[in-house]
Amino acid sequence: MKRALVPAIATVLALSLVGLLAYGLVSRSVDDSIEQSVARGEFPPAPSSTLPVLGGTGTQSIAGLRGKVVVLNFWASWCKPCEAEAPLLERTHKALQSSGTGTVLGVTHHDSTPASMKFARDNGISFPSLRDVGTKLADRYGTNNIPETFVIDRSGRIVDVFRGQIDQRFIDRALAKVR
Amino acid sequence: MARRARALALAALVAALLGPAHAPAAAPKTDLVDVEDEVMCVTCKVPLNIAEGPQPDSQRALIRDLIAQGRTKAQIKQALVGEYGPDVLALPDDEGFGVTAYAIPLVLGALVIAGLALLVPRWRRRPATGMTSAGGRDRDGADVSAADARRLDEDLARYDG
Repeated sequence: MKRALVPAIATVLALSLVGLLAYGLVSRSVDDSIEQSVARGEFPPAPSSTLPVLGGTGTQSIAGLRGKVVVLNFWASWCKPCEAEAPLLERTHKALQSSGTGTVLGVTHHDSTPASMKFARDNGISFPSLRDVGTKLADRYGTNNIPETFVIDRSGRIVDVFRGQIDQRFIDRALAKVR
Repeated sequence: MARRARALALAALVAALLGPAHAPAAAPKTDLVDVEDEVMCVTCKVPLNIAEGPQPDSQRALIRDLIAQGRTKAQIKQALVGEYGPDVLALPDDEGFGVTAYAIPLVLGALVIAGLALLVPRWRRRPATGMTSAGGRDRDGADVSAADARRLDEDLARYDG
C-alpha cells in the first residue's frame, strides 16, 4: 500500500502539470469569435470601456458614441502597416465627420503616450484615439496582431472586422452595411 | 566702450537663451541594462533584454528618455506600468494561468515539508549501526573489539579535551 503511494502521487503531479500546460495553451489561443459571429450575420455587441483620450485630459467610450457609426482601429506607433493605412483612416474620418454619420476612433496598443502622440502628429491624424493601457479593451476584441479594424453600427453592433492592414475596398464594403 | 558693452550684453542674452537648451541632461541614476532585465517586452512576453523587434525597440527608446530625465529605476518601472500596464513588470500575472507561477512553488514546498515530516521521524527511529563502546561493527561493517572501541573513545576524549 505504502509502496504504491509515491508512484500515485508522482502520477497525479505529472498529470496536473500536463493539465496546466494544456490550459495554458488553450487560454492563449486566438479568439476569433467576433469574426465567426459577423460571418454568421449575428453582429455581436461591441465591447466598450471608458478609456483616457490620447493627448487629452478626459475619457471616452465606444458606448458613448451610440447613434454614430464608429470605425474602431487598434494601432501603434511601432507598427508599419498602421502607418500605411493612416491616410485611408484619416480620409474615412473626414468623410464620416462631414456627413455627420460617425467617426474613426483609434485605440493605441502596447504603445507609449509620447510615441503615439508623435505618430499622430507625423501622420496628420485628426481622429480621436484612446489609450488602452494593459490592452484590456483589445483583449475583449481578441486583438493581438495590429492593425485591426472593427466597424460598429449606430446601435453599437460590430458589422465588419478586418485583422490586418485595411484598404479602400474594406471600408466601402463595411460602411455600405451601416448606411 | 558703448559698443563693447552692447556686444557683451548681446553675448549674455545669447548665452541666457541658449543656456537651458544646451544645459547638460540630468545625471542618469540607472542604465538601460539595469532596467531591461526587470521588465518584459509586452508584445513578445519575454524579458526586454532578449526581445527584438519594433515594439521592444519602442520600449527601450522610452526607457532611454526616462533615464536621460534622471529618473531612478523604480520611477522608470512605475512610468512603464503607467504606459503599458502591470504586465510590463517581470512578474507573473496574479490571475488566470499566471497564478500557477505562484501556486506551483507553494504546492511543491508543501509537498517537501510533508515528505520531510513523514520521513524524518522514520529515519530517526531506525536502529543505530555504528560502533559502540561494547564493541560491534563500524559503519563499513568491519569488526571492532571492545578494547579497540574503548581505546578510540579515550583518544577522542583526549582530542576533545
